[in-house]
Formats: sequence, C-alpha cells, structure tokens
Amino acid sequence: MAAIKLPVVITANDLLSGEAVYWHPSGIWSSDLTGSKVFESLEQAQASIQGVVSDAEVIGAYLAEVLEEGNRLVSRHYREGFRARGPSNYCHGKQECLREKAAV
Amino acid sequence: MYAYSEFDRAFVRDRVSQYRDQVKRRLNGSLTEDEFKPLRLMNGVYLQLHAYMLRVAIPYGSLTPLQMRQLAAIADRWDKGYGHFTTRQNIQFNWPRLIDTPEILAALADVDMHAIQTSGNTIRNVTTDQFAGAAIDEVADPRPYAELIRQWSTDHPEFQFLPRKFKIAITGGSDDRAVIRAHDIGLQLIEVQGRIVFKVFVGGGLGRTPIIGQQLHSELAAEDLLPYLEAVLSVYNVAGRRDNKYKARIKITVSEMGIDLFREKVEAAFERLRPAFTGQDLSVLGEILAVCQSPSFLEKSQDVYFNALDSDTQFRTWVERNVTPHKHPSYASVTISLKGHGNTPGDASASQMRVMADLAERFGHKELRVSHEQNIVLPHVAQADLPEIYRQLGEHGLATANIGLVSDIIACPGMDYCALATARSIPIAQDIALRYERRESEIGDLKIKISGCINACGHHHVGHIGILGLDKAGVENYQITIGGSAGNDAVIGRKMGRGFSVEELMPALDRLIDRYLALRVDPSEAFVSTVQRLGTTPFQEALYAIDKAA
Repeated sequence: MAAIKLPVVITANDLLSGEAVYWHPSGIWSSDLTGSKVFESLEQAQASIQGVVSDAEVIGAYLAEVLEEGNRLVSRHYREGFRARGPSNYCHGKQECLREKAAV
Repeated sequence: MYAYSEFDRAFVRDRVSQYRDQVKRRLNGSLTEDEFKPLRLMNGVYLQLHAYMLRVAIPYGSLTPLQMRQLAAIADRWDKGYGHFTTRQNIQFNWPRLIDTPEILAALADVDMHAIQTSGNTIRNVTTDQFAGAAIDEVADPRPYAELIRQWSTDHPEFQFLPRKFKIAITGGSDDRAVIRAHDIGLQLIEVQGRIVFKVFVGGGLGRTPIIGQQLHSELAAEDLLPYLEAVLSVYNVAGRRDNKYKARIKITVSEMGIDLFREKVEAAFERLRPAFTGQDLSVLGEILAVCQSPSFLEKSQDVYFNALDSDTQFRTWVERNVTPHKHPSYASVTISLKGHGNTPGDASASQMRVMADLAERFGHKELRVSHEQNIVLPHVAQADLPEIYRQLGEHGLATANIGLVSDIIACPGMDYCALATARSIPIAQDIALRYERRESEIGDLKIKISGCINACGHHHVGHIGILGLDKAGVENYQITIGGSAGNDAVIGRKMGRGFSVEELMPALDRLIDRYLALRVDPSEAFVSTVQRLGTTPFQEALYAIDKAA
C-alpha cells in the first residue's frame, strides 16, 4: 500500500444515513469536508482515530489525504472528492445540501 | 406467473422480523458493526460511498404491476424517487437510511418480494431471458425451472457459506439472451428427440479473470436438475479455494482442476446425491408449472397498428428497434428503454415505474420483466395496442427507440455510488449517448458496456466495445476492449492497449467508430461482425493513431 501523504483528515460513514462524514475540531462528525480537523502528523492522526471513533456513531473510519488550497480543503484523490461532493449524475446527497444552501 | 405460498410468506416475514431486531440491536449498541455487517448483507443492505444501498431481488427479472408500484412507493417514501435496475435483473435503491431498511423489507414482503441472498457467498438471484414465455425461438419456458432453483437455493443450509458468490442463468431460447456462458452455471433448455433436457455450462464469469463457461453436460434430464446442481455446488463447496478471494470463484476451480476431472467429481457426487431426491422436487416443479401458464392471448383488429406503421415514421422506428416478435403471431414483446439520451442507464423514476405498471396492467397481461441490459420489458402485448403504448411511453420519457444501438449502454453505478469502483461509469455512458445521439442509427447495432472496476458488473468483457474504468496513479483512466460478445458466440473482448483519460476517451471512440464505418461492407454489417471479419488490428491502429502521430 502506498504511503499516506500528509496532511490528512479523519473520515467515516455515518451509522444512520451512511453519509460520508469528517471529524471536526469541535468534536463532532460533519458531512462537510470544509472545517475538518487537519493532521500534519500521521502518528497524531492515527492516535486520534482511536480516540474519536465510536462504533455507535460511524462506520469504517480511516485517514483521507487532503490538500489545503487557501482557506479551502480539497481531497487529494478523486475518490475522496466524490465522497465529499456527492454523485455526479443527480443533485442528491451532498449536492442536494449544497443546492439547498445556495438557495437560502 | 408463480405466486408465493403461505410458507414463502411466513419465511420472508420471519426474516424481516429477525432483521428488524438486528437493526434495533445495532442502533442500541448491542451489536458492533463487525457483528452486524454480515447480518445486513444477508438482507441486501450494503454501505456504499454516500449512503446505504438496498439491493432487492427480482426473481428471474419478473415483476407484477403490483410489485412495480410497490417499488415506486419505496422509491418515493424511503429513497430519492427513483430506482436503479441492474445487470442481474434486480433493483437497487441508493439512499435508504439504516433505520428505514426494516420498513422497506416489510413493504417488499407485502408484495412477495425480499432482498435475501442479494449479497454474500451464496447462490444469488437466478437470471433468465427477458422474453421467456414469449420468444419465438424458445424450446421451453425457463421460468418454472428458475423458480424451482430459487426455492431450492433460498436459505439452502449447505450453500450459505460458499467459497464465493454463485450465479446461475438459464435460457430456453436457441438465442442466448441471458449470457449463460458468463455465469458460474449456465443452463440451456434444448429439445432432444422430443424430450426437454438441459445443456449445462460451468465455470463462466467476468470479473478480473474473464472466462467463458465450458460444457459440463450435454443432455441433462430435466428431472435431474436439482440433484445435478447440488452435485456441482457440493464439489465446488469442497474444492473451491478459500485462501484467496480472487481465486475463489468456481471458474478458477474448474480451470485449475480441468473440466474432465471436475466432471468426474460432479458425476460421483451426483450418484451419491441422486437417491436423496425422492420426488419432492418434481412435485414442486409440477405445482410451479401448473400456475406458470401462458396468458390467454386475445385476437384484436390490427388495423390501428398497421395504419400507425404506415403513417408514423417515429413509431415505425420504435417498433423496429424496441419491439420483438412474439410466439403468438399478433402479439409482440416491448422493450422499454431506460437509456434516454443523457440519462443514467437503468434508472427509472417512481412515476415512470407507475406508468410501466399501468401499461402492463392494461395491455400486458400483468407482466413486466427486467432485462440484464437494464431495460424493462412488457413480454406480452397485442400488436393492436402498440400505438397506444408508444404514445403513453412517449409522454413519460420512455419511448427512446435505441435498443441495441450505441446509447443502449450497460453501465454499472461506478464511482458515483459504488464503494468498490475505481472510476466513474455513469457520466461516461451519458456522454457517449449524447455524443452519438444523431449518428447512432447510421452506426447500427453496437453494444457498449462500461464497468467502473475490474469486477466487471457492467459486463465490459462481452461488449462489442468494452470500457473499463481504472485508477491510474490517481487519475481516472479507461481501457478499451473490442470484439466481445454475449450471445451464443460468447467471446471475451480483446484489450487494445494503454488506457485513455476522460478527455481522451471520446475522441478515441470517435476514431474507433469512424474506422468501423469506413471498413464495413455495408450498413448491414454490424460493428462486431466487421471486427470478426478483419480482426482487431485496424481498430487498434485507429485508437492509437494519435500516439504514432506524436
């Protein structure tokens, strides 16, 4: 397996909805990649994953590589990009949320 | 069509009840995800990229209008108003919440449906010809046998933990429309000296090691079907590899053992197992045959039909592409395209599902089928009703006349949904359909199949043009195969060379198709026939002309 490139965030799927979620510094799981807790140290990230992941909240937590572009976080790999953005064929899931936000 | 007995209903309801309790225990923390995962998978509940996904079994692709309406109701109430029909004749819902899945399964049970064995290393939904019971070339209707296999394999205690998943396809026509030789077991009903027997193929499969199934038995007596299947499964259950997931399918077992030794072992197992089948299976088959009768075909005046053929060119084009001759001369089978240009292949909205259910109710003897090519079929309609069916389909975006053309693409969900995918399939299919919309009649019969990973759910190996999406150093990359075929002459397509980026893919397809148009003898020579006549070299040259130029 390829070595993990820093920085990374902790991601998982929400137990109830299955949605891709990200660990935020405020101690919550959020569906937004933006605002995720960013780890510059792999050891810290791995230690945190043990501490924050609860089987009662999320499934399959792992570290996802990101890039910091200005104030914005973007996924390094396109798979993670799709998880963060939602499907490309319908405005569903995260895309639905983004549309709703834009409409407000 | 076969209807559930009280035994079936009680069994399915018991499973729903068990599953409801399992979800409750997962949510209250009594079960960990590791404990719960195999339980949800046994009930068809997967976790995908963005949400849970529920895969519902549609036995041999047959649905009643009542069932189709219930699928529409589920789509509206618990999903996002649509469903995705799959290459295994099932339907998938992409957005259910875990807490709702027991309610969905209960709603399915209300109409004699379930999601059992749509996952896991078990015998999956048996698939068959979408024109079963209607096809002109049919020796015998395969559905009663498919139903017998369904009953035998559902919750079969010996085959719940096979080395790997197991897929059986059965056809009754001389033309194989069920891709039987790409299945773990393929069954073809044939007639020999007035007797209906099975030709049995074994060890076919696509995925990372594509193999065309080999003949295991040339004339299996119909009454020996279940003991023989049990013998094949028993041999595989013991000999199949459990040390390596990628070598665990029966195709690898057969290939490593050799077909002759495998056959010997099956024959020995059959001798041992045959006496245990004392006629109960045949009695069940008799009951199924008794209720699985052809509808009573009505004679109607065909004037309206012939007038429409003469006067309406769009209707005539639709009939030419989407209507298949029926064993009853004044009837036809209609293939409703779920491949509107630019749409997601295999998706139908809840309202479209209701329209199709209404049409089946009013014109189609209450039968609908899901084809492995991700379309919906009304197998029995009077030709006299075709103009009205076409009109109503047109009002709901379901009258695309493209069956067998470039845009009638098989595509897996790919990386837009699937957790296993390495690249997207759906946008590629959408782009192709839109790009060739105006040229596809000129291009003629051409089956494009797209998979978003090596598992080949989009059957790319047997596409005339196959497209496989891969991850090449963090970028989506698409490999092209050509010359594959899924019919009687099933053959694995040949890989052409380096893959193409998303940006390179459409121009590459243009070069491939333009080369075909330049090389074909005349418009009646389909793409795959030209490839068979000339070999793949001229097409490979066209694909990579850009490399040489550089």
